[in-house]
Amino acid sequence: MYDFAYQKPGSVADAVKALAADPEAKALAGGMTLIPVLKQRLNHPSVVVDLAKTGLSGITAGAGSVTIGAMTTHAAVAASAEVRRIIPALAALAGGIGDEQVRHRGTIGGSLANDDPAADYPAAALALGATITTNKRAIAADDFFQGMFTTALEADEIITSVTFPAPAAANYQKFRNPASRYAIVGVFVARFPAGVRVAVTGAGQGGVFRHAAMEAALSANFSPDAIAAVTTPAGDMNSDIHASAEYRAHLVGVMARRAVAAAS
Amino acid sequence: MGHEGIGASVRRKEDLRFLNGRGHYTDDMNRPGQLYAYIRRSDRPHARLGAIDTAAAKASPGVVAVFTGADMAAEGIGGLPCGWQIHNKDGSPMAEPPHPVLATGKVRHVGDPVAVVIAQTRQQAKDAAEKLAIDYHDLPGAAGLREALAPGAAPVHDEVQGNLCYDWHIGDKAMVDAAFAGAAKVVKLELENNRLIPNAMEPRAAVGDFDPMSGDYTLITTSQNPHVIRLLMGAFVLHIPENHLRVIAPDVGGGFGSKIYHYAEEAIVTWAAGKLKRAVKWTAERTESFMSDAHGRDHISTAELALDKDGHFLALRVSTLANMGAYLSTFAPCVPTYLYATLLAGVYKTPAIYAEVKAVFTNSVPVDAYRGAGRPEATFLLERLVDVAARETGIDRVEIRRRNFIPNDAFPYQTPVALQYDSGDYTATLNAALKAADYAGFESRRAAARARGKLRGIGVSTYLEACGIAPSAVVGSLGARAGLYECANIRVHPTGSVTVFTGAHSHGQGHETTFAQLVHEQLGVPLDQIEVVHGDTNRIPFGMGTYGSRSLAVGGSAMVKAMDKIIAKGKKIAAHLMEASVEDVEFKDGTFTVAGTDKSKTLTDISLTAYVPHNYPIEELEPGLEETAFYDPKNFTYPGGCHVAEVEIDPETGVTSVVNFTAVDDVGRVINPMIVEGQVQGGVAQGIGQALLEHAVYDSAGQLLSGSMMDYTMPRADNLPNITVGTESTLCTHNPLGVKGCGEVGAIGSPPAVMNAVVDALREYDVRHIDMPATAPKIWSIIQAGRPRMAAE
Ligand SMILES: Cc1cc2nc3c(=O)[nH]c(=O)nc-3n(C[C@H](O)[C@H](O)[C@H](O)COP(=O)(O)OP(=O)(O)OC[C@H]3O[C@@H](n4cnc5c(N)ncnc54)[C@H](O)[C@@H]3O)c2cc1C
Repeated sequence: MYDFAYQKPGSVADAVKALAADPEAKALAGGMTLIPVLKQRLNHPSVVVDLAKTGLSGITAGAGSVTIGAMTTHAAVAASAEVRRIIPALAALAGGIGDEQVRHRGTIGGSLANDDPAADYPAAALALGATITTNKRAIAADDFFQGMFTTALEADEIITSVTFPAPAAANYQKFRNPASRYAIVGVFVARFPAGVRVAVTGAGQGGVFRHAAMEAALSANFSPDAIAAVTTPAGDMNSDIHASAEYRAHLVGVMARRAVAAAS
Repeated sequence: MGHEGIGASVRRKEDLRFLNGRGHYTDDMNRPGQLYAYIRRSDRPHARLGAIDTAAAKASPGVVAVFTGADMAAEGIGGLPCGWQIHNKDGSPMAEPPHPVLATGKVRHVGDPVAVVIAQTRQQAKDAAEKLAIDYHDLPGAAGLREALAPGAAPVHDEVQGNLCYDWHIGDKAMVDAAFAGAAKVVKLELENNRLIPNAMEPRAAVGDFDPMSGDYTLITTSQNPHVIRLLMGAFVLHIPENHLRVIAPDVGGGFGSKIYHYAEEAIVTWAAGKLKRAVKWTAERTESFMSDAHGRDHISTAELALDKDGHFLALRVSTLANMGAYLSTFAPCVPTYLYATLLAGVYKTPAIYAEVKAVFTNSVPVDAYRGAGRPEATFLLERLVDVAARETGIDRVEIRRRNFIPNDAFPYQTPVALQYDSGDYTATLNAALKAADYAGFESRRAAARARGKLRGIGVSTYLEACGIAPSAVVGSLGARAGLYECANIRVHPTGSVTVFTGAHSHGQGHETTFAQLVHEQLGVPLDQIEVVHGDTNRIPFGMGTYGSRSLAVGGSAMVKAMDKIIAKGKKIAAHLMEASVEDVEFKDGTFTVAGTDKSKTLTDISLTAYVPHNYPIEELEPGLEETAFYDPKNFTYPGGCHVAEVEIDPETGVTSVVNFTAVDDVGRVINPMIVEGQVQGGVAQGIGQALLEHAVYDSAGQLLSGSMMDYTMPRADNLPNITVGTESTLCTHNPLGVKGCGEVGAIGSPPAVMNAVVDALREYDVRHIDMPATAPKIWSIIQAGRPRMAAE
């Protein structure tokens, strides 16, 4: 990696100040994405601002919701009694990210800020209608994800926490890339009294997206059969050496049906 | 002594340091004043090399030197040699274009080394390497066999128009053609053997050093065969005489063939150390491993089998294209010829076989031997073809195999493709494997899976391989530019402990244990008093190294010969001490006795006397107790056996899981059953990897698309079932231990077993053949394509 300066501020305010002071500065959370990128010399920040001491980790159960600090690791979410009670599908999703080492370093804030099109958390945030809180504002998940690796975050904006409303039932089904084990297709289904939300990661050319046709069908009838005939246009899907667009489109249906069947 | 000698599952001595993180690998080795090399590689598949502006790199902080191909050429540095010459059908030699250490004139694959930057730190070297301005003039490239052979394809080497390295054949074509003409049935199959990237856990590394006072060079390298590297690099590349060149291959973290070859980086660090008079270290990054370690497999074949009306094989005709990559790696030419086509008889008494092989240059990483080397390609072809033949003749898959097996009373058996098998019992391994796999009970498991919505299939492969390579005169006549004997030196120390110096090299095989067990068995010395030394040309007299499952069959045999000499000399000393005649002295379990008396002397008595020769037959016998032996094998060894795979396919996603795997192998005499089991399991893991997961993919222009762990699927624990391993051995008849070899059987026998199971699982979809890897999207497409046909029926 290229040389860079390193700072470890003791508060969110100081971290924001450091990021605002230098357009080439970059926040560091678990480093599970940023460090490999630095090692491959694909990124050359002037300053790396480590968020480790900003006090952003922790899980709080609210009335009908759970709030997770941005620096909370995937392992902590997976193991949390609160998350398992309120949104078991979210705990299961966190427990299926990467491997043990990655889960003990990688954070929810880092994952959402990075918005990898094959990452898992974006599907949960979008399907559950999460609110992403930053040092500046609260952003609805529907407004947060803006295409692959692109979010509503501004340069000097740090995610501080994420609040997930508790669904009546939810489930996440992930079809793993056999090599990277990221999602080739991941479908998060969440049923709320007001209706069903379905978010798809891994598959779409524009990153994570909501599947309107499935949401409509499932809101009317929450059963796998209800979406058996719902298709996903292959034209909107990614294609690479691991999966064609047609295959991805097919898997969206399979994973969605399995998620509905398993939702609890 | 059964508990520590031959046949005992002694725990691996070497694992203590490996499991404690105390191994000593090349990258752990540091020399005073050491510099670091970073190699700038081509990111172009094919381009003419214009000017390389090194000024900015040379001015970069910490940089000591920058060298290009031109700098090496100016000093008369040779290209990397190829160790095997194949001749064309017409008798002319293969095309053997130069393989410069650093590219000159052109770059020919992504990863081709272009320049080296040497600096105080790794980081500085890498920083500076980015500042090299390289002028490339892109040329059209082709990484695939068909594309490189297409009319008008750009030549990888200007002097090899058409990209054909050789056009070779073996067998009696006329006899085969005649047999086909009279056959009741002909079965034809086109298949591909997928290209693989070895991915040893330890990336390659090399440290070069030079002592200007003595003129001695040292190379520490991740090699399976340090003496071979000394020979090739010293004699052909850098022109350093052996007495001034020491090559050390310390602990090596996996090779699988990829660390046999002499690589450019070894020559670069050694040469640069001499020029700079300082040690130079290079360590591959994982990305570099993907684009610079020799790849494996990559064949396209057409196979035809002629049968009589009863399903007896009459003749086999095979035509194969083999990818050599951009340059000839050390042993590349022999892999798709003498390690492949000679294996096409398999375990069957097919009377006539003809095979032709075209080797092709492409804009891809050089391809060479990878665990199994040629034999997995032959086995996949044959065992898939036999399954297709069974299906198309209506004969049961197991029955057609039995009907064509070489019978037990036919040994030694001369195949129509050069090899002569010494021993085997293919019915025994088949029966044992079918029993262990509960083959008979399979249909109920298929039905149970069906009830769960899964498609279950079972596949069998009855395979054979040739290893323990190899008789020097034979391989010499076939084009090898080396002998393939092995050397052992056994040193019995004054107090009776033993050091074994072996020319074999252990990089995961457990030699320090197995070889010690041989010494324990033969000399009666306790295991903890036996040390096995390998991997250092200054400590070991000579060696050809470890590949082709040869270490025990060839290296172990050399040890036996050396120990025979120790015992013979010991008997003379014992006879002197016990005042008996040599003929009356017997040696057993570490003790010399005189027949018919109660006189005895231990090996320690004898060794002490040998080194303190006060009462000693000094006129007739030299002091000391140390012997060296070279063993040149009389034949290949022929392990074989039967692998049975059971798979389940999820028809909705196409995901295939191997749910049961049984291997029953004939590896000859088993020295350490636990190590054999581990070797077979590791090989099977790689075989399942090839069958279901692994694939080196290039785009049409020659960019490597599967160039990292994000895109190249290595098998992981959760891809593998518990693997049941059994042995059912016949003894090798021509080496003193009766051993055959177990390092590669797993990777050779398993891929067709898995693929036969996959095809069986999909039998209702009317699929005849599936090429590897059987990835989920590929299986899903087959199911999709099969569906309408099913519905229409
Ligand atoms: C081997 C491996 C396997 C993986 N497998 C998966 C997988 O299966 N599924 C999956 O979803 N992910 C996977 N990941 C990615 C992993 O989940 C990462 O942890 C995650 O993508 C990034 O989180 P991080 O905390 O490591 O962030 P970092 O790498 O530290 O940062 C990532 C980016 O986010 C920014 N950032 C970090 N925190 C904040 C914040 N609070 N506010 C604003 N910006 C911020 C950083 O500046 C940087 O640009 C894998 C990673 C590895 C190495």
